[in-house]
Amino acid sequence: MSVADRLREKYDEWVREFLIPTLKRVPEWRKFATSFGVEIKPLYTPLDVKGDYLEKMGFPGEYPFTRGIYPTMYRSRLWTFREYSGFGSPEDTNKRYKFLISQGQTGLSVAFDLPTQLGLDPDHELAYPEVGKVGVSVPEVVSMSILFNGIDISKITTSFTINATAAEILSMYITVAEGVGIDKAVLDGTIQNDILKEFIARNLYIYPPLHSMRYAVDIIAYTSRNMPKWHPISISGYHFREAGATAVQEVAFTLADAIEYTNWVINRWKMGVDDFAPGLSFFFAATTNLFEEVAKFRAARRLYARIMRERFGAKKLESMKLKFHVQTSGATLTAQQPEVNIIRTTIQALAAVLGGAQSLHVNAYDEALALPTERSVKLALRVQQVIAYESGVIDSIDPLGGSYYIEWLTDAIEEEVMKIIDYVDKLGGMTRAVEIGYPQRAIAESAYQYQKMVEEGKIAVIGVNMFREEEEELHIELHRVDPVSRERSIKRVREVRERRDREAWERALNDLRRAAELEDENIFPYILNAIRAKATVGEVSGVLREVWGEYKPPSIY
Amino acid sequence: MPKPKVIIAKLGLDGHDRGAKVIARALAEAGFEVVYTGIRQTPSQVIETAIQEDAKLIGISILSGSHMELIGELMRIMRERGVSIPVLVGGIIPPEDRDALLKMGVAGVYGPGTPLREIIDIVKKLTGVS
Repeated sequence: MSVADRLREKYDEWVREFLIPTLKRVPEWRKFATSFGVEIKPLYTPLDVKGDYLEKMGFPGEYPFTRGIYPTMYRSRLWTFREYSGFGSPEDTNKRYKFLISQGQTGLSVAFDLPTQLGLDPDHELAYPEVGKVGVSVPEVVSMSILFNGIDISKITTSFTINATAAEILSMYITVAEGVGIDKAVLDGTIQNDILKEFIARNLYIYPPLHSMRYAVDIIAYTSRNMPKWHPISISGYHFREAGATAVQEVAFTLADAIEYTNWVINRWKMGVDDFAPGLSFFFAATTNLFEEVAKFRAARRLYARIMRERFGAKKLESMKLKFHVQTSGATLTAQQPEVNIIRTTIQALAAVLGGAQSLHVNAYDEALALPTERSVKLALRVQQVIAYESGVIDSIDPLGGSYYIEWLTDAIEEEVMKIIDYVDKLGGMTRAVEIGYPQRAIAESAYQYQKMVEEGKIAVIGVNMFREEEEELHIELHRVDPVSRERSIKRVREVRERRDREAWERALNDLRRAAELEDENIFPYILNAIRAKATVGEVSGVLREVWGEYKPPSIY
Repeated sequence: MPKPKVIIAKLGLDGHDRGAKVIARALAEAGFEVVYTGIRQTPSQVIETAIQEDAKLIGISILSGSHMELIGELMRIMRERGVSIPVLVGGIIPPEDRDALLKMGVAGVYGPGTPLREIIDIVKKLTGVS
């Protein structure tokens, strides 16, 4: 009898003689299933782990990177502690950045206000109520220089959550660097620049999908050739998850987006996959479901490596490595008993670290109520530091690898993800899928089912549907945006408009308009030129709106 | 008798539409006729839609922190145009702003963690469905 047969026999015996009789006396108190609806067994054994170790897991730094993308992982270098923040005017946010750096943060992450993200200057009628609210107002290059005042941008890596106006923001950053004698080739950081997920979930798009795709891939082509350290895109599943997607949908739609961008760059710019794929980066969510999230990151890594090698013929290992940032899940935080959120985010951050993330943002406990205060964001940073320096979870690479349960779960997620990717392929790729609303509807459906399960008590939310306190009093201080910052932003944008060289500005915008009309031109250098000539974000995207039009989505629910 | 028509709207530039969509669907399943405006609505657009649709209630979702300005504007235009239907607000609303919104004449403010059942009940009550 083989080892496997003997194990099977002993397992069946255990089920028959131990498990079933015990369950008759002490039944299970609920059903156990993954977030994507697959039943979870009481126990996993070597019988559940299929395939060859070398083929499926290998070693860290080696294909298919299941165990991590670097040979040493956190033993040589910890992940980047990167708290996403921004509010009010650049002066306010610069002060917050310096505070975070003084507390041990190792990378910056800029949150922009909605007008900046949607290409509206702060004195625009629609922008006015929103200036400086969900992020910092940066409508022109002078504001960008104030944002980084006193921070050495040749040393620190910065991530910009910017999409529909990503080129304008990157241009401002380049211009600020050049102004202090730093070459753009030295700059290290990321722009999110993932417009597909804006159409699917995050909703901060401007132009119709095809023009938006051109804008995004033109940036990728430009930085791949001119800024070797820069990540021109952060392909994001985070927002799918926050909008209600399951872990499987999160990974599937993200990788389907990666396939779409890769196809676009190859087809539009005739670049080889290895010429730009090393710059692609990713962004996922971590919920409180610890093991499922760890398995999700491992499955995503293996799937991406296979896609890049087998589908696109990548040769460089760098092109196959899934480098990702994680943010703990904002949607899991509660306004009720907000201190409990610190416990949630600790488990979520642990999932990111056990899953092999390169960069991490931990949410502050007060984010279901307002933007974080200094006090709450410091605690969030401390969560990262306790995991990094006290917990010992970083001592060995991929410490959960080899757990029968984790390996089974990794396989299960991989299998379910592939079904969705195959379906998107059948639809003709993600741009097409977005146009017909497929991922949007799938996510809305998951969100509704999730909410129903919370209502029915099938999903527990402590403080909301379990252990709720009826007359709860809030004892925490909340962040308020200084109302003066809006006026400061408006005053500055008007000064910039008045003081610039009018002729150079006009010429730059005319050149941009012509480039936008020509399909084959890379749009990025023209945007860079306009920003250098002190054009505002509203003026640049104003020109592009005129030529490309604006996207009006169907309102489905 | 068919249940009344209600408007669910996203006011301002905010793109967070998970809550609005879930509420729209829950109200539709509870028998209401729901008009979801989609994102990026101005106060006057929302009121225009409410008038055209002869809606009995407006539900606004805002998570961008601009609720004081935008709801203030909405209530002002409603008064000007003589529209007097109840307005409910949902989203990320700090507790002190909640009181200010109620003073402006908003019929209710509902934050994260509110059960759908509670929303359906208040919408029924405010639209006269028993």
